[in-house]
Amino acid sequence: MRSDRNTSAPLGLKIAAGAGLAFLHLPILLIFLYAFTTEEKSYQFPPPGLTLKWFAVTWNRPDVWEALGLSVRVAAISTAIALVLGTLCAAAVSRTKFFGRETISLLVILPIALPGIITGIALRSAFSFAEIPFSFWTIVLGHATFCVVVVYNNAVARFRRVSGSLIEASMDLGADSFQTFRYIILPNIGTALLAGGMLAFALSFDEVIVTTFTAGQQSTLPIWMLEELVRPRQRPVTNVVAMVVVIVTFLPILGAYYLTRDGDQVAGGGK
Amino acid sequence: MTAVLFQQVSRHFGAVRAVDSVDLAIAEGEFFAMLGPSGSGKTTCLRLMAGFEQPTAGHIEIFGETAEGVPPYRRNVNTVFQDYALFPHLSILENVAYGLMVKGVGKAERLKAAEEALAMVKLPGYGTRRPGQLSGGQRQRVALARALVNRPRVLLLDEPLGALDLKLREQMQEELKALQKSLGITFVFVTHDQGEALSMADRIAVFNDGKIQQLGTPEEVYKRPATRFVADFVGSSNMLPPDFVEMLGFGRHHASLRPEAIALGDGPGRKHVSGRVTAASFLGAANRVTVDANGTRIAAMLPAAVAVPAQGEMVTLSFLPEDLHTMDGA
Repeated sequence: MRSDRNTSAPLGLKIAAGAGLAFLHLPILLIFLYAFTTEEKSYQFPPPGLTLKWFAVTWNRPDVWEALGLSVRVAAISTAIALVLGTLCAAAVSRTKFFGRETISLLVILPIALPGIITGIALRSAFSFAEIPFSFWTIVLGHATFCVVVVYNNAVARFRRVSGSLIEASMDLGADSFQTFRYIILPNIGTALLAGGMLAFALSFDEVIVTTFTAGQQSTLPIWMLEELVRPRQRPVTNVVAMVVVIVTFLPILGAYYLTRDGDQVAGGGK
Repeated sequence: MTAVLFQQVSRHFGAVRAVDSVDLAIAEGEFFAMLGPSGSGKTTCLRLMAGFEQPTAGHIEIFGETAEGVPPYRRNVNTVFQDYALFPHLSILENVAYGLMVKGVGKAERLKAAEEALAMVKLPGYGTRRPGQLSGGQRQRVALARALVNRPRVLLLDEPLGALDLKLREQMQEELKALQKSLGITFVFVTHDQGEALSMADRIAVFNDGKIQQLGTPEEVYKRPATRFVADFVGSSNMLPPDFVEMLGFGRHHASLRPEAIALGDGPGRKHVSGRVTAASFLGAANRVTVDANGTRIAAMLPAAVAVPAQGEMVTLSFLPEDLHTMDGA
């Protein structure tokens, strides 16, 4: 953007930057590569041969489908819970003034700042203290703790930009609270919620640590992959699944990025 | 009929008495101004009428109906907000049609009404644009159209011209006044600009510290200020101390004297004072001369045609006795 076309970066810096990016992304390409290898017991490089058979094998493995189904359901329900609670919380914090508002704001964000292992242990001991058996719902609860934060952060930033007089103007023109939410608030925070929801879904979909502590006998997809790695049988199946996970989580994150970017322009246009 | 009635209305925020026992009655079809410095309670009064605030004490009626506890969306009152508060995600036409849309008016009918309202504020054909694509003055007109399309019985305007530049402001003042005349709707507008209040309003309530200092026609408020605050805030009066007024033969009172009522030199039937010129400045249409008369500072607005006395010169100033306005107490 800046017009200094002539002052290009020194060669050394370019190489360093390229090497950094390669270090970040080449391992992912390797994962993709091993999904096509003919060698099923170890990861040898270069692969002795290439095949597509692992896709068929994966397709016919019921345990993969079970894990994938569980992950999708957990992610969907955690995201739904997060959307409702996160939005309400953001509305309360940004719209009203009450005692302890700043503290609540901090407490809501805390779960994502805490190491997952702390959240996991805390939830596990809380569940066993309350004698709640581990189930699908304990996983969902664990995921919801950090999904709420993502939605809340997105929503609260957007709420602050929706000027308070817009809501008053809507009421003044004859809209009740529900109509005001439907026609004024939701369109203004909609993209932020969608972005927050997508991020929350992606986070939940590949979460391992909290899940390890809050799941019973069930395996979400990432947990299943972890278990699969120690088994010597049909290793490339894990890689095929990994490819799917990368695609499933990457697309929503990319979408969220574009949505929030556009959202900024829309919100800024009114100023 | 009385459009808006306040009986002993107070609104307290904690220990702050934003509005303190205010009584007022605004007649139907009136152009009513609430004038005062910031924090004087005028905007809170407007918000009490709109329904965004509820009175701590007292009684409010809008066209004979009790207003306490009635939410903003059930009042036949609309507001033009200071920052216009146009909905950024809706087109101009959708903004204007919003009030009709939430009331369930059919699409074709409400869009037609919105087009008409836009034409009324001289913005025909702007319907497809977004608020962000309009200038401040245009947004102001849209806000006006959006409120008027609902045919409110009272239109509330919160510092409607505050964000506009001088030229545009004068133009909008005239248009607002003409619009109010042709629609016959009661307009209540809040301003801190005394010139705006004097030129537009049928009656003015001057606010200070949550109380009404004076309520009257622009002429009354300007010529016969009830308190020193009003004399000082509306126009720039010379405030004369009791000793000085007594010396002139008006009795022992505080008094105010408008700078433009003062002339250079003496004449028959006029009261005069002498003093030394401390400052003189050229204002275009007039010259402003400040004179020190035995320790009392008197400012006079002299026509530009009159030669300006030099600084330090002794001059005689005179005025007609009826232009001096005495007031009691504060």
